[in-house]
Amino acid sequence: MWDYSEKVKEHFYNPRNAGAVAENNATGDVGSLSCGDALRLTLRVDPATDIILDAGFQTFGCGSAIASSSALTEMVKGLTLDAALKISNQDIADYLDGLPPEKMHCSVMGREALRAAVANYRGEALEDDHEEGALVCKCFAVDEVMVRDTIRANHLSSVEDVTNYTKAGGGCSACHEGIERILGEELAARGETFVPAPTKAKAAKKPQLVTLEVPEPTPAPAADSGKLTNLQRIRRIEMVLDAIRPTLQRDHGDVELLDVEGKNVYVKLTGACTGCQMASMTLSGIQQRLIEELGEFVKVVPVSAPAQAQMAGV
Amino acid sequence: MNNVYLDNNATTRVDDEVVQAMLPFFTEQFGNPSSMHSFGNQVGLALKKARQSVQKLLGAEHDSEIIFTSCGSEADSTAILSALKAQPERKTLITTTVEHPAVLSLCDYLASEGYTVHKLAVDKRGRLNLDDYASLLGDDVALVSVMWANNETGTLFPVEEMARMADEAGVMFHTDAVQAVGKIPLDLQHSSIHMLSLSGHKLHAPKGIGVLYLRRGTRFRPLLRGGHQERGRRAGTENAASIVGLGVAAERALQFMAHENSEVRRLRDKLEAGILAAVPYAFVTGDPGNRLPNTANIAFEYIEGEAILLLLNKVGIAASSGSACTSGSLEPSHVMRAMDIPYTAAHGTVRFSLSRYTTDAEVEHVIREVPPIVAQLRKLSPYWSGNGPAQEADKEFAPVYA
Repeated sequence: MWDYSEKVKEHFYNPRNAGAVAENNATGDVGSLSCGDALRLTLRVDPATDIILDAGFQTFGCGSAIASSSALTEMVKGLTLDAALKISNQDIADYLDGLPPEKMHCSVMGREALRAAVANYRGEALEDDHEEGALVCKCFAVDEVMVRDTIRANHLSSVEDVTNYTKAGGGCSACHEGIERILGEELAARGETFVPAPTKAKAAKKPQLVTLEVPEPTPAPAADSGKLTNLQRIRRIEMVLDAIRPTLQRDHGDVELLDVEGKNVYVKLTGACTGCQMASMTLSGIQQRLIEELGEFVKVVPVSAPAQAQMAGV
Repeated sequence: MNNVYLDNNATTRVDDEVVQAMLPFFTEQFGNPSSMHSFGNQVGLALKKARQSVQKLLGAEHDSEIIFTSCGSEADSTAILSALKAQPERKTLITTTVEHPAVLSLCDYLASEGYTVHKLAVDKRGRLNLDDYASLLGDDVALVSVMWANNETGTLFPVEEMARMADEAGVMFHTDAVQAVGKIPLDLQHSSIHMLSLSGHKLHAPKGIGVLYLRRGTRFRPLLRGGHQERGRRAGTENAASIVGLGVAAERALQFMAHENSEVRRLRDKLEAGILAAVPYAFVTGDPGNRLPNTANIAFEYIEGEAILLLLNKVGIAASSGSACTSGSLEPSHVMRAMDIPYTAAHGTVRFSLSRYTTDAEVEHVIREVPPIVAQLRKLSPYWSGNGPAQEADKEFAPVYA
């Protein structure tokens, strides 16, 4: 069973705006029946203002396809066409509190339907720039078409390259066999032979992040004007994290501030950041930004879920 | 109504008697059957008894033809790789387009390694053409691997006849019988089948135990080498408790064999007839006249299977679907595609698989719940309007295919 959010379930069990809109003047039909999804979006647009007065959907598809369609209709109502077109598939997924990586294509379908409907209303031809293949990397939701296109466009020849360009394979690494197979085929097509990277022991990890040290007791709030109060520090830290957050969210991850004790800043990485191989890089990036912003040395300490429970108990 | 479990082709509830028989083997009977002392000896005797129970269920000639494995997939892999290792001069495999992934994805991998793999096609009702099959049997074929019963549709293949044909051509024959064992009577000693795979959890034994039947005299190379367990044919300390459980499950399956083929079949037919009478644009997939007694696979046109399953689940009914979305792949079930079921129907297939625990009341509950769920989803479907498929030519749904 898929791990659907409550919001996905709610929109599936009680879909909003199901059915075609009466007196509609824009229709977008998209889908790919072979992958089990098809969506017709109908809109009633006010010709004077370009505002979407009503939206309705008809969907042949799974639970998350129906939920994405329902969410889309709720999101576009009352927007102008131009504003509606700014809605990305990630916005649709976010509206539903996230979708499983295998199901992100449902949100893509919603966005495509919107583009198709707007093109239909404006009498434009729809440029189809969307092609979709079988999912290769589940950690970052990268499909085969994307991997192949990127290999061809950038003349890639190693799994590491593919990870650097597409992120595919940057998480649990279970898809490396699949990426090697695709590389083998793509390299053969351009007359080369795929040579896997030599097996080597991984460079020893810097033991920098997880620490068992007992945190130093927090010094009393400094009264002198030069130093920040605890509250000021925490606000600045939050500010830095807020600035970084959109970047993380683009990759379906997030960071949460748990506590600040002395020079230790305890954070929790969530979403796709959990278990990501790049997590330590992300953390050192955050630490660097914090040091610059606060003008003092701080250490960013990642806290796992069990440890967090322990912290709460202290 | 409590939850209704109609997904017994996926896995089954462990029989209470099986659980009771297993429990002592976690506590007082914890010995290693290979040990000399009495702790181990008792376990060894229990394994022997279990082996004989499985032998009886399969109608095998010798109990030494039973090799315990960790699962059906291991038995499949062992059989296929053994045939290739034992006959290195033969480089061809014959299988079908509708096998379980345990066979199919290994065959695809072997094809990428340079072996030739012939996949026999099926017709719209999931049946094989035996003339095509006969024409492929030759000196280069290391193994034929054909499932006994299809997991999605329950359709039975004529494996005994196919094994005879293979035998006459001097070709080894393996059957993945995980769906057939325990549901239809088997008599392997009077067949030409060389190898057969079964899986415990499909017949009310626990998960994590399977069997490879290996006809005496069949050339064999183990997958796992190491200890002397299973006469050196499958190394690794025996999963004693589960083997004992499988033994009891095999005895119970024999006891219920008549029930399975009368009562369970009656309930399945009742379920199917009840649903088809109430839901238009629905049809049974596979070969209804020649299938397992417990399986009904129904295609509900113009709607999608995962959505059906989610709504069924909401009213406490567990079933499964051949839709792409339930697996996370983009294509609908390869079995439905192989039978050339149109996409609008293939995505809406739902498999109801019954067991000896299924009751009349449960079947009636499902017959009541399914029609409104189908109607509810069709109301959302762009392929449906009013009481039938959308048909007005100018308004027909024609999506831009991405």
